[in-house]
Amino acid sequence: MPLLDVRDLSVTFARRGQRTVRAVDGVSFGVHAGEVVGLVGESGCGKSVTSLAIMGLLPKQRGVTIDGVADFDGTDLLKTDARAMRDIRGRDVAMIFQDPLSSLNPVVPIGVQVTEVLTRHRGMRGEAATKEATALLDRVGIPDPARRLKEYPHQLSGGMRQRALIAMAVACKPRLLIADEPTTALDVTIQAQILELLKELVRDSGTALIMITHDLGVVAGMCDTVNVLYAGRVIENARRKPLFYEPRHPYTTGLLRSVPRLDAGRGTPLNPIRGSVRDVLPWPDGCAFAPRCDRRVDACVGEPPALVVGYDGHGYRCVNPTPQGAQP
Amino acid sequence: MFRFIVRRLLQLVPTLLGLSVLLFIWLRRLPGGPETAILGERGTPALRAQVRRSLGLDEPLLIQYGRFVKRTLQLDLGTSISTKREVTTEFLLRFPGTVELTITAMIIAIGVGIPLGYLAARRRGTWLDHASVGGSLIGICVPVFFLAYVLKAIFAENLGWFPSSGRQDPTIGATHITNFFVLDGLMTREWDAAADAIWHLVLPGIALASIPLAIIVRITRASVLEVLGEDFVRTAESKGLTERTVRGRHVLRNAMLPIVTVIGLLTGGLLSGAVLTETVFAFSGIGAFLYEAISNRDYPVLMGFILIIALFYVLVNLIVDVSYSLIDPRVRVR
Ligand SMILES: Nc1ncnc2c1ncn2[C@@H]1O[C@H](COP(=O)(O)OP(=O)(O)O)[C@@H](O)[C@H]1O
Ligand SMILES: [Mg+2]
Repeated sequence: MPLLDVRDLSVTFARRGQRTVRAVDGVSFGVHAGEVVGLVGESGCGKSVTSLAIMGLLPKQRGVTIDGVADFDGTDLLKTDARAMRDIRGRDVAMIFQDPLSSLNPVVPIGVQVTEVLTRHRGMRGEAATKEATALLDRVGIPDPARRLKEYPHQLSGGMRQRALIAMAVACKPRLLIADEPTTALDVTIQAQILELLKELVRDSGTALIMITHDLGVVAGMCDTVNVLYAGRVIENARRKPLFYEPRHPYTTGLLRSVPRLDAGRGTPLNPIRGSVRDVLPWPDGCAFAPRCDRRVDACVGEPPALVVGYDGHGYRCVNPTPQGAQP
Repeated sequence: MFRFIVRRLLQLVPTLLGLSVLLFIWLRRLPGGPETAILGERGTPALRAQVRRSLGLDEPLLIQYGRFVKRTLQLDLGTSISTKREVTTEFLLRFPGTVELTITAMIIAIGVGIPLGYLAARRRGTWLDHASVGGSLIGICVPVFFLAYVLKAIFAENLGWFPSSGRQDPTIGATHITNFFVLDGLMTREWDAAADAIWHLVLPGIALASIPLAIIVRITRASVLEVLGEDFVRTAESKGLTERTVRGRHVLRNAMLPIVTVIGLLTGGLLSGAVLTETVFAFSGIGAFLYEAISNRDYPVLMGFILIIALFYVLVNLIVDVSYSLIDPRVRVR
């Protein structure tokens, strides 16, 4: 039994005067305790919407419909009412966002932003809360934590800010942590440090981590299992090794091929995937990747490709998959 | 912070000097003069010249201005040409009423405007939102004096809930120390006098509040809507904080920045805008006195009044800047 079991999650946005967007379309995946699960895909494929739906943070407006199940240890997070979600968020499930500067309140000291979680979920106040907050900042590698607590976000560097946000997220030792592109806004050297920190934290505390990224390097370095998203659907899911060595979906294959390689030698052309996600589909059903796909056959445009589950749970949605053994 | 305030107060000196030069020249250029008001149309040129001489208006402008500056520096605003009393005495008598009225209007505008604007933003698209946006449009459009008349006709004359004129019922026989009637009532512990003064402030206060209220509702709504879409609000929600914490610490605190600026601008304008409302409610503030001063070309009164308004503007601005830096550490002053 996974800690979090997402089944058939769909999110649609219907805005007056605009085309209805099915941002997430029947996504299913599981996360076990202590496991790092990757959600990978290019921007706009529904990664953030998926995580916000699980957190209950999508705007509660007319026109936003969420279907499916997100079973977290017996509780369906999608059916839990707003009050109960406030108790779960920050305590059992926490989240780290992409842009650390805009994710911190500019007019509230870092210390208050850390202690407010401790006060809310652990009932800590005053001295005790400050002491714990200092320990938390120290734990996420912020030097001179006592002084940093009194400072404001604009006085910290980008990496420090993301560390502070991580401190807030892990303050109550959540069982599940969702990191939505936590390093995208950071310098490369800082990226590595932050990833290292996250790895360390989940290893030490047994927290399950959903790692959202568009960077295959991050996946290779951290994830136990990977779900590749395309246009709101999981088009391939596998454990890390099979995914990297034997990708079956042409999109995944293309993603892996488009990564520049050191061993390829100079002058070797890169292999980008043609077109972009925004290409309009000439067919309502069928495979969304078909317009950009080199392996397209007639069957691609008929109906949505069914999930094929192969050896060791390696699943993909493709009628003409990349042959096994073909080196990406 | 202290040094910042002192520096800002020092910056006031050149501002006031420049303003006074402009005013001095401008007032003297107005057609007619105090002698016309005193003598009427019948005054012979000789008589006029005599009156001008007695008021010291025949001397070169530069000398007149020099005398004005010297006097003002000694906190002496001169003598009113029409009432023959010290301008400072007149002001101490009449300004408090206007200030009380302005403060009342601002309390109403802020106290109602910010919560209403916040709710409109939070319940965007509901009837409450539409009603407050529409209502604020009406509030901006309806002329203040018209609203004042309507309020007076309905709530004072028809229903009799509020007094229709004046600042206090004279039969109470209240003691006056500062001429701020509410304050006086509190200081002397004459609670009924204070209550009566407040009672008299309600209708003119509401009339005067209408425009700032409408503006504050709109700016609060816009500002809150903008902050609600910010990433840090989502972060706050992701921590499971209570709605109260999210609202107070994360949304309102950030939304306050533009609101504070607008409140400062509005308060400055209110003091001069109070004049019209005072007329409708026969409220003895500075309004009627000032009106007479203009028709009589009562130079010392006009100069004094405008200088005080300018001083008030600058002080309100200073308060805005200080509160701005208290709210936002990024603009914190040293
Ligand atoms: N609040 C919203 N209203 C309408 N459409 C939205 C909203 N949020 C996201 N979308 C759409 O959903 C799709 C997926 O977005 P997102 O999950 O943010 O992508 P990403 O994988 O880059 O995180 C995008 O096409 C986006 O335009
Ligand atoms: Mg995203």
